Amino acid sequence: MSEEIEKNNVALPEPGSLVLSTSPHVQDGDSITKIMVKVLICLLPAVAASIWFFRFDAIRILVYCASFCIFAEYGWTLATRQRATVGDYSALVTGVILALNLPPGVPWWICAVGSIFAIIIVKELFGGLGQNPFNPAAAARVALLVGFAGPMTQWAAPAAGSLISGATPLGAIQAAKGSAEAIAHLGAPDNLMNLFFGNVGGSIGETSALAILIGGLGLMAFRLIKWQIPLAMLVTIFVFTGIVHMAAPGLTPNPIYHVLSGGVMIGAFFMATDMVTSPITPLGALVFGALIGILTCIIRIWGAYPEGVSFSIVIANALVPLIDRMCYIRPFGWHSHSASALQIRRGEIK
Amino acid sequence: MNIPIKTWHFHGGVHPADGKALSNSVPAQRAPLLDRYTVAIQQNIGAPPKPVVAKGDAVKKGQLIAEPGGFVSAPVHAPTSGTVGDIVEVPGANGGAIQAIEIISDGKDEWGSGLDPIPNWKNTDREILKKRIAEAGIVGMGGAAFPTHVKLSPPPEKVIDTLILNGAECEPYLTADHRLMLERTEAVLEGAAIAAKILRVDRVFLGIEENKPDAIAALNEKAGQYGVTVVPLHVRYPQGGEKQLIYALTGRSVATGGLPMDVGCVVQNVGSCAAIRDAVVEGHPLIERYTTVTGTPVANPGTWILRLGTTVEQALTFAGGVKTRAAKVIMGGPMMGFAQTSLGVTITKNSSGVLLLQWKETAEYSSNPCIRCGRCVRACPMKLLPGPVSVMVESENYDEAEKNYVMDCMECGVCTYVCPAKRPLVQHFRRAKAEINAKRRAAKAKQA
Repeated sequence: MSEEIEKNNVALPEPGSLVLSTSPHVQDGDSITKIMVKVLICLLPAVAASIWFFRFDAIRILVYCASFCIFAEYGWTLATRQRATVGDYSALVTGVILALNLPPGVPWWICAVGSIFAIIIVKELFGGLGQNPFNPAAAARVALLVGFAGPMTQWAAPAAGSLISGATPLGAIQAAKGSAEAIAHLGAPDNLMNLFFGNVGGSIGETSALAILIGGLGLMAFRLIKWQIPLAMLVTIFVFTGIVHMAAPGLTPNPIYHVLSGGVMIGAFFMATDMVTSPITPLGALVFGALIGILTCIIRIWGAYPEGVSFSIVIANALVPLIDRMCYIRPFGWHSHSASALQIRRGEIK
Repeated sequence: MNIPIKTWHFHGGVHPADGKALSNSVPAQRAPLLDRYTVAIQQNIGAPPKPVVAKGDAVKKGQLIAEPGGFVSAPVHAPTSGTVGDIVEVPGANGGAIQAIEIISDGKDEWGSGLDPIPNWKNTDREILKKRIAEAGIVGMGGAAFPTHVKLSPPPEKVIDTLILNGAECEPYLTADHRLMLERTEAVLEGAAIAAKILRVDRVFLGIEENKPDAIAALNEKAGQYGVTVVPLHVRYPQGGEKQLIYALTGRSVATGGLPMDVGCVVQNVGSCAAIRDAVVEGHPLIERYTTVTGTPVANPGTWILRLGTTVEQALTFAGGVKTRAAKVIMGGPMMGFAQTSLGVTITKNSSGVLLLQWKETAEYSSNPCIRCGRCVRACPMKLLPGPVSVMVESENYDEAEKNYVMDCMECGVCTYVCPAKRPLVQHFRRAKAEINAKRRAAKAKQA
């Protein structure tokens, strides 16, 4: 078939080869795959920090989780005879975020159980990408923590840099509880510096607030996340723990300690902001972030677990449809200057 | 008038690659006279006009060949002198086949519209001017093709205080209005002054996107004489959407389901204004228009003055045909235009452009699930929730879609442009609107 027809010595498109479809005829060229690749790029600082602090343990866990997530998704689509979706890299993103949420000493089977739970139970059984109500990595961390409390709380100190103690910063709060002096010692500036750079015990990818912050700023620069979520979450935690700290100095350390420790940073930038499981309206995103912040503080200060970010994210995920319903936006012209309002303003109708 | 005017930002919008550089510096060329024109009978929204000529009749250029079929209708005139041929079927720009009157040119191109020039329009009765606009068959030339005389006849209870000229031309690639404002500056402004007289308003804004500095300068030079204020606006699609333009210029928002006249505004395309001037001052009905023929495959992109009834094939021939393979031929712009499968489509009163796209430039859709990224919500100029509403439409939950204001969707396509999942969002909304309209009609019929 010739590409064009010649007429009056001018080449014209051949009608039979023209594509018929409705407008718009152009797109901005972004895609789900590109979004996932950008998220992976933004995860790189946290991944690098985890490898720096936990060396081979971090590499091992990252490789296990990434592979198990990819195999779980590929296997699922194969078994259910669906189009393979691993090519969109969303399973890889889940694997990396889950790995960053695991303690350095976990055995391979914890990675396997967590990955399979995240991909099959949390994501695919609900219908796959875009349909899951819960963040796969957060839900998997919660499931592992509840189901395998032993291996999930075996903390090791980071291999690089100086050793602080075997316990995590949040475990240290539990130990220091009741003594205003011990609590104040936790919140000392050199301790806070270690928290900021990540030279503390904890899950491999959550210790370095700095690395996560760099990636988080990248997410915002790429406009991949709603800035309202991390902002509301961090401000709420800061204010909430600040008030409690001032009211009861022996109960909990200063707010900076809370914001920098545990899963707050990675939760705020990489897990709560999951597009699929967070509200779609800007106001809803603020409410959602604040809700996670409040729940985290309550669990940390008064709960049975030292850490509550993953629990809070999963609980807030469940409330997203409700939040979206409450924080709807009015369409343009909903409360408008109607004809009569205009005329009243101009004094033509009293 | 160089007084900076306060403008407002509408919500959302996008900045697509505009492609205007292909054609915006090429002066408009008058197309050579053709042997044959196929003039579509219905070129307006509203009642279809009725042909008043028979095969073999001799017609002059500008002579009436189809009379309006009602108040909301517009007559059609012969694009050149010659004889009337058959009533033929030609492909319509929106799909299907439409009726067209064939005019065989006699090569003389003699005027004979029967409309007297009214050069002294300033001292002419408003009703006479309005009648002239109706007789000249002028419609909204930006795309909607709503008869202009109807827009200029607001019901007495509506107070109109602002006339807005739409020179935004926010659709990528199109430069017809740009060239028109640059080359026929005074015609646009004089037409606006006539419309302002008819509406009895003294506040006339011309909204134009900042990417046309030469046109803005040309307009500013003359605007004062005609009482028009030229307001440069941010380059953001859909700046030229009627409700968005009114908001940008006046800060007034048209209520959902409302009309511009509810907020005291009438919006006219700049092309329609030039046509008003020609009809009144020259006595020429609307038989030709500025149309951009552009796109990367086109050999010589540019703007042509085409007579109504010219086929796309002829328009493309004027532009030197194609130099690379074209995957799409679109009547209008890339955001809201209509793809064609035939080159026999004719230029009508609202054909602002003929756009050709290569395969790699065209959008591809898939039914990927919504990942709720919210880009559509950020981009929607009507502040709707395109992603969630599209899910409702997919499950045929039209009632829920209606509750979420799907009827306010103006189908500008920005949600679909930004969607990373490449979901056919606006296509879902068109379907929902059709279903809801059908349901409303059925309910009305049941009541009656």
